[in-house]
Amino acid sequence: MQDDNIPPAIELRGICKSFGSVRANQNISMSVESGTIHGIVGENGAGKSTLMSILYGFYRADRGDIFINGQMAQIRDSRAAIDAGIGMVHQHFMLVDDFTVLENVVLGAEDGLLLKRSLLKARTLLTRLADEYEMSVDPDAKINDLSVGQQQRVEILKALYRQAEILILDEPTGVLTPSEARHLFRILKGLRDEAKTIILITHKLKEIMEVTDTVSVMRQGQMTATVKTADTNPDELAQLMVGRKVLLRVKDKAPVKAGQVVLEAKNLSMTDGRRLKNVSFSVRQGEILGVAGVAGNGQTELLEVIGGMSEGSGTIRLNGREIELSGGHANARQRRKQGIAHVPEDRRRRALVMDFCAWENMVLGYHGDDLYNFNALFMNNSAIRSDSQKRMKAFDVRPLLPESTGRNFSGGNQQKIVLAREFSRSPKLLIVGQPTRGVDIGAIEFIHQHIIDLRNAGAAILLVSVELEEILSLSDRVIIMFDGQIIGERVTSDTDENELGLLMAGIEGRRE
Amino acid sequence: MSTRIPKWADVVLIPILSLFLAFALSALVVLWIGENPLDALVIIMRGSIGSAYAWGYTLYYATNFIFTGLAVAVAFHAKMFNIGGEGQATLGGLGAALVCLAFGWPHWLSAFPAILIGAAIFGAAWAAIPAYLQARRGSHIVITTIMFNFMAFALLVYLLVHVMKAPNSMAAETRTFPPGTHLPTAHEMLAWFGIAFPKSPPLNVSFLVGLASCLAVWVLIWRTRLGYSIRAFGHSETAAIYAGISPFWVIMISMLISGGLAGLMAVNTVAGEAERLLIDSVQGAGFVGIAVALIGRSHPFGVLLAAFLFGILYQGGVELEFEMPAVSREMIVVIQALVILFTGALDNMVRIPLERFFAQIRRPVG
Repeated sequence: MQDDNIPPAIELRGICKSFGSVRANQNISMSVESGTIHGIVGENGAGKSTLMSILYGFYRADRGDIFINGQMAQIRDSRAAIDAGIGMVHQHFMLVDDFTVLENVVLGAEDGLLLKRSLLKARTLLTRLADEYEMSVDPDAKINDLSVGQQQRVEILKALYRQAEILILDEPTGVLTPSEARHLFRILKGLRDEAKTIILITHKLKEIMEVTDTVSVMRQGQMTATVKTADTNPDELAQLMVGRKVLLRVKDKAPVKAGQVVLEAKNLSMTDGRRLKNVSFSVRQGEILGVAGVAGNGQTELLEVIGGMSEGSGTIRLNGREIELSGGHANARQRRKQGIAHVPEDRRRRALVMDFCAWENMVLGYHGDDLYNFNALFMNNSAIRSDSQKRMKAFDVRPLLPESTGRNFSGGNQQKIVLAREFSRSPKLLIVGQPTRGVDIGAIEFIHQHIIDLRNAGAAILLVSVELEEILSLSDRVIIMFDGQIIGERVTSDTDENELGLLMAGIEGRRE
Repeated sequence: MSTRIPKWADVVLIPILSLFLAFALSALVVLWIGENPLDALVIIMRGSIGSAYAWGYTLYYATNFIFTGLAVAVAFHAKMFNIGGEGQATLGGLGAALVCLAFGWPHWLSAFPAILIGAAIFGAAWAAIPAYLQARRGSHIVITTIMFNFMAFALLVYLLVHVMKAPNSMAAETRTFPPGTHLPTAHEMLAWFGIAFPKSPPLNVSFLVGLASCLAVWVLIWRTRLGYSIRAFGHSETAAIYAGISPFWVIMISMLISGGLAGLMAVNTVAGEAERLLIDSVQGAGFVGIAVALIGRSHPFGVLLAAFLFGILYQGGVELEFEMPAVSREMIVVIQALVILFTGALDNMVRIPLERFFAQIRRPVG
């Protein structure tokens, strides 16, 4: 793609970085051609973020050298990275919400004591950039008032304002609707055509195939391959990431034989009436109802109200019996007694007590069950231990150490602990949020299979996920949430990603 | 984070290193005022554990700190920082005094349970108001318990000056409790077994209650359903709500237990030693309890050891003041403050280098 005598934009040679006994990066060498989009894929914990943090000056490598445009560079801190022409768009935006776009762009890069000149300069540059790359944002809008996609553009503009020639984007599409993601890719391609170099970190193989020129794969701290995107395919990449063959599709999904209605929600709202508004739907026995939507459109609140963690109004019936949504009986304990199991979206804050041992976590929420207690006061810890050991074994939690604390397990194994706790009590209704968030590909297969098995065993399942692929491959029906409301319902087999994408963006379907 | 270093180092090594640093700095202070720190150390140790007499005082002080330390520790397991031990103990003293003065108790065996219950209930009640304000209104427990310390003291002064003052007395104190409320001292109890023990140290039966409380708190935290709920809430409120644990009840119950334990502390000083209610029966033990719980890592047996350590510092400090006039009362407080500073506030100063050290020696594993 480039002349041989143009040095690579970035060249890493033998980068090593350890945290204690964890070797996050082992002897990594990589070269990124100038004027290309270079993807880096790998599972969680493969070392992608560590590598980029070294490049951006957050960490210093234990060993190894960095060359920028053929020159050896010492990147001690992010200031040095910016000076070397590297810009970073973080997964979680680093913006001041109460500042305007212009103020955010200038922040930290002001010239002189008075702001006015910097702001003026930024304004002209912003208009120019907006024209060039169709990145229009109102320079005087407050960040608060912008959509997530627009906020991300501000992050990119910030980097460009600091004259970045190399742009690193860390999981940029995690919070975007499919159409916003496509817009982002158009912007990135435009930047590439202007000879900027872009590094895209993602775990979504589809994006890699769609937008990158070259892709590097990381596994367990090592760079396992760098290939031209045109010469590879998602299956091969997945295999390189995991180290074995992976099924990207769910197998054995027998056609739905839905039974009677298990969960019926009518005009369900959260008590504050803003984040969840008058939602009505039902889930049948042996059916998975997918809830699609961009993060933050009421899905979290829906799970919390059904799970008994927040008060709500409206009605919910479970097998025809009404459930209290407010007052003394509206809590998670009552819901469990009624047969609702809940795998929350936020594993680290909700589903597990990270400082508890695995065996203590294994009874969280069920700690009042007779099996685990001698009497009203004392718990039977040895019964809990042996029971937990059994459940951990059944769900292949590794390492199989009930005494190990929650935070010492990997994301995938933490999730398996949660599943082992919630799935194995044959719930009537399972509500599950982002079941595979932060989970490695190997465990995703396992988790999906268990969800399907539970459905085949006759449970009603409400599945919330921001990953459209997951929704499409698991659910039998889909409802789409936007701004706290349901704006569409589809049978999975009659819809596709494009249609759902439009609905997720709040554009109502045309087929109704 | 505790995952980066072995548990034994977290529990044992860090407190010991912190203490060593505190003593090293104290030695410099002693040196600076022209005394020999080694001599000072000898005086402290001889004065606190060098004789049966010394032990009697050291354990008497330790008893106070066991109760207030446990009080802070229990609340801390629910992530409640109960700074109000001082006030709760003050009220506990009032409760104990009211029980003692209520009847002409025939024998200490009948009076003792009632005194314990009275002290615990008064302490718990004083903790209940800040707990309720925290649980229902979100008023920060640190702020409210501090304010309640002042209110407790003001209330006590008012009662001792205007309501409960002994007739014909110049001092703001109640009349002496009836003889049936006299709690057996170490001297008397050991005499039942024919063991001689000096008569003057105020060590009394409350010490045994303190030991029993340590065991009870351990059982509560690690063996009961309530303890499970308290710890779950303390580590993660969001996860506790997910588990159906009511934050309101956890805050209320843990603070009631905490206040009750703080209240029990006053049994030792009011019923055990003074045998009347004085204006300063708590003597700052409520605040020392915070340091004791910090050093003891909120574990009942850690609290026991830390309480003993502070018993040594208190009793040894008194001796030091007596034998080394250059070391003033304030100097002793400085040394105690250094211990608190190093073991409590400067925890990370020892922890972070230690984490690096363990990271180094563990490196070959990966």
